[in-house]
Amino acid sequence: MQNIVLFIIRKMTRLLSLLCAISIITFILISHSPIDPIQAYIGADMMRVGPEQRENIAENWGLNKPPAEQFYHWGSSLLQGDFGTSMIYRQPVAEIISEKFLNSLALMIIAWILSGVIGFVLGIVAAVKRDKWADRIIKWYCYTLASTPTFWMGLVLLMIFAVWLEWLPIGMGVPAGVLAENVTLTDRIAHLILPALTLSIVGVANIALHTRQKLIEILSSEYILFAKAKGEKGFTLIWRHGIRNVSLPAITLHFAAFSELFGGAVLAEQVFSYPGLGQATVEAGLRGDVPLLLGLVIFSSIFVFAGNLMADLISFIVDPRMKERRSL
Amino acid sequence: MKLNKRQSAILMSAITTVLLVTILVGGLLVSNDRIVTNLEYRNLPPSLAHPFGTDWLGRDMLFRTLKGLSISIGVGLIAATASVIIAVCLGIMAATMGRIADAVISWLVDLFLSVPHLVMLILIAFVVGGGMKGVIIGLALTHWPSLTRVIRAEVMQIKAADFVQTSRRLGKSRWFIAIKHIFPHLVPQFLVGLFLLFPHAILHEAAVTFLGMGLSPHQPAIGIILSESMRYLSTGMWWLAFFPGLLLLLVVRAFDLIGDRLRSLVDPYRANE
Repeated sequence: MQNIVLFIIRKMTRLLSLLCAISIITFILISHSPIDPIQAYIGADMMRVGPEQRENIAENWGLNKPPAEQFYHWGSSLLQGDFGTSMIYRQPVAEIISEKFLNSLALMIIAWILSGVIGFVLGIVAAVKRDKWADRIIKWYCYTLASTPTFWMGLVLLMIFAVWLEWLPIGMGVPAGVLAENVTLTDRIAHLILPALTLSIVGVANIALHTRQKLIEILSSEYILFAKAKGEKGFTLIWRHGIRNVSLPAITLHFAAFSELFGGAVLAEQVFSYPGLGQATVEAGLRGDVPLLLGLVIFSSIFVFAGNLMADLISFIVDPRMKERRSL
Repeated sequence: MKLNKRQSAILMSAITTVLLVTILVGGLLVSNDRIVTNLEYRNLPPSLAHPFGTDWLGRDMLFRTLKGLSISIGVGLIAATASVIIAVCLGIMAATMGRIADAVISWLVDLFLSVPHLVMLILIAFVVGGGMKGVIIGLALTHWPSLTRVIRAEVMQIKAADFVQTSRRLGKSRWFIAIKHIFPHLVPQFLVGLFLLFPHAILHEAAVTFLGMGLSPHQPAIGIILSESMRYLSTGMWWLAFFPGLLLLLVVRAFDLIGDRLRSLVDPYRANE
């Protein structure tokens, strides 16, 4: 038990050091960007804004101060949980992120679970049927998927299910022209299916190939040979000796894939105009919303870190070999 | 004729390389008047005269796609090469320059892996101000971490090998060991790394461009073609998105295939898989 606490403390210190570095580096990078935040903020009305008004805006956002002071200001309010105010949404960044994150979370959880389960099953089938046609098809399919641009997969699904078959809506998080209180759960789910499907199809490849590889290693081990010598075979053999051993690395890998999941969500949300974090990231980048972009970079790295931490924790708690290695 | 795995790997790589070079050169040779606006032939579905169809301005999609792919391959090649060079330098430094350098570099690797790749690319594109420069810098700066780890481990392993230890005891200089013993082992890693990074680089280039943070809309990059096509998909013009994406997939898959085959040539242990 003490070990676990120590382990978490160590991980947390690392997270803090990385987060500090990320926020400092990101801030320095952004303050050297050629994009003028005031111009980005005003946009097309640039001609109608006089120099005095520009001054006022700069004053309002604190943009006329030296970068070090700006960073101090931003960093100290960040420590109090204040991410600043988004320029395009004119709302606190923390509010926007938490609102959009709920949308994205629904999308990512569904995709994550689906791709995990499907990938795991495909990997096991491929390993059991090694070098048979089922294995060849699954391998071919996974390698092809790994080369597929996520957004193109989204476009193809959109063309098939939304345009051609007209089963599902083309995009957005909720139907257009309907008042917020009239949006039903069914509507939301209907708008969620295609982006989630896109994400899960693309996410399958990695986990399936990894599971296949691990299970093949396990199947050539001596305890499997022994089990076979005792007369175990087929599904029972895999279930008793294979699945348990292969599930841990698969789960660990899948938790560690949060970074790709987030990247995939950015693309899928863009294709389907789904109002999540990914779309907010793209908007912030395109329209020069510095506070929102900074907040999103930090939030997304916490998200990735959470995935890695869970992966480490699970293998730490579940795998008895890890404990032995640590006590040595 | 029966080929062994080695020979078939070489043959496959050769064929795929020829295919890719054809696309690259073909794209470069396509003159701009092949994709000129031609309002007579607007919105045509795929046919013999226009295998990939035409768009809303009557431009031939096949030629646009080829041109876009050659741009993508070029950008990917520059970025992947830069990334591999960074990875080799940092990997060697981490393995040879003592504990502190190793700690700093592995911390850097962790730092780059802790932000989602695409978010990092958007950030860098924003900082540089977008455009071709932003994409190339972003891709070059974000693809080295995993390869750095591989190279570091490789160098560590060679350093500890018996023949290197013997050579050192025989009084050979560090420089001699680096050039004569370690470097030759890294050349294949360099090549394989290049071909395996390449698919990622191209896919990320297309993704960033698709999001509007990459290549400028005047260039017929695949990302631009696909994001433009989104406006016309609901009218049923499926060919605008389907073929360009499919061709991109094929190119990426081809590079992946070459990288994989090269790796099995370099690494005899894997060759028997």
